[in-house]
Amino acid sequence: MKARVYVTIKENVLDPQGTAVQGALHSIGFNEVDKVRIGKYLELDVDTNDRAEAEERIRQMCEKLLANTVVEDYRFELEG
Amino acid sequence: MKFAVLVFPGSNCDIDCYKAVEQTVGQSVDYVWHTTTDLSAYDCIIVPGGFSYGDYLRCGSIANFAPVMNEVHKAAEAGKYILGICNGFQILTESRLLPGALLRNNGMKFRCHQALLEVVNNETPFTNQYAQGEVIDIPIAHGEGSYYCDEATLEQLKANNQIVFRYVAGANPNGSVEDIAGICNKAGNVVGMMPHPERAVNSLLGSEDGKRMFTSILNAWREQHGAAING
Repeated sequence: MKARVYVTIKENVLDPQGTAVQGALHSIGFNEVDKVRIGKYLELDVDTNDRAEAEERIRQMCEKLLANTVVEDYRFELEG
Repeated sequence: MKFAVLVFPGSNCDIDCYKAVEQTVGQSVDYVWHTTTDLSAYDCIIVPGGFSYGDYLRCGSIANFAPVMNEVHKAAEAGKYILGICNGFQILTESRLLPGALLRNNGMKFRCHQALLEVVNNETPFTNQYAQGEVIDIPIAHGEGSYYCDEATLEQLKANNQIVFRYVAGANPNGSVEDIAGICNKAGNVVGMMPHPERAVNSLLGSEDGKRMFTSILNAWREQHGAAING
């Protein structure tokens, strides 16, 4: 089973990388961009066919390691 | 008194910390590899700076799961002195021994220069040789040192006097909340800071203001130790 995990900086936390990219987009003419938030995308191959179990395990992985829940949010999708 | 300096793959301030202990307080000090599973012999544990595990995923996130970190938790509970410097501070926040997190500097640049700090709390085992409000000169060297915590945590830090160092007004190098440069846990025995006191122990290196952090630790230990002996 494949898991796609998205980790993003919480809305109330400043994202200086996103702000820098927004500035760069404006400087090359993409003035319609109001906000950029940069996050992480992880692909995991998980050796199980049990969807419920995989969901629970990946949730634990996110809470323990993949995201720092003090400053980041996460979500994930399962496929297969 | 016995000091331990933890070493993770990618630590690079371990030698500086080791030599700072030797040269400032002349106490016994060992390098301790990250796979160690017993720290009971040590009175003070220094988590040094560097780029443990290449800063992969998040700074300090992978070091947090090294075997030695279980022992650091035990030592913290036992009231041992724990000092995390730079990447060591990031490891201590990742491990939740200290609240909050360290984010990318607001200017996106790696900042490496001397920094003036105000000693906000001089009642910790790490700062008892400074005067409250004293301004000291300690270098910084980090790209991800912007301390962040939510409002509720900030109120707690203030209420419990957990803000140990602040960058002086107008000279915040990274955008940290309330100019915070270093904090301690509620009990005061765990301190994390982005600036490097171990690089400020000799005037030839630009400042010796970091020296008193090490003499503070020895002083605190002696007071605690003496009190225990005298009953």
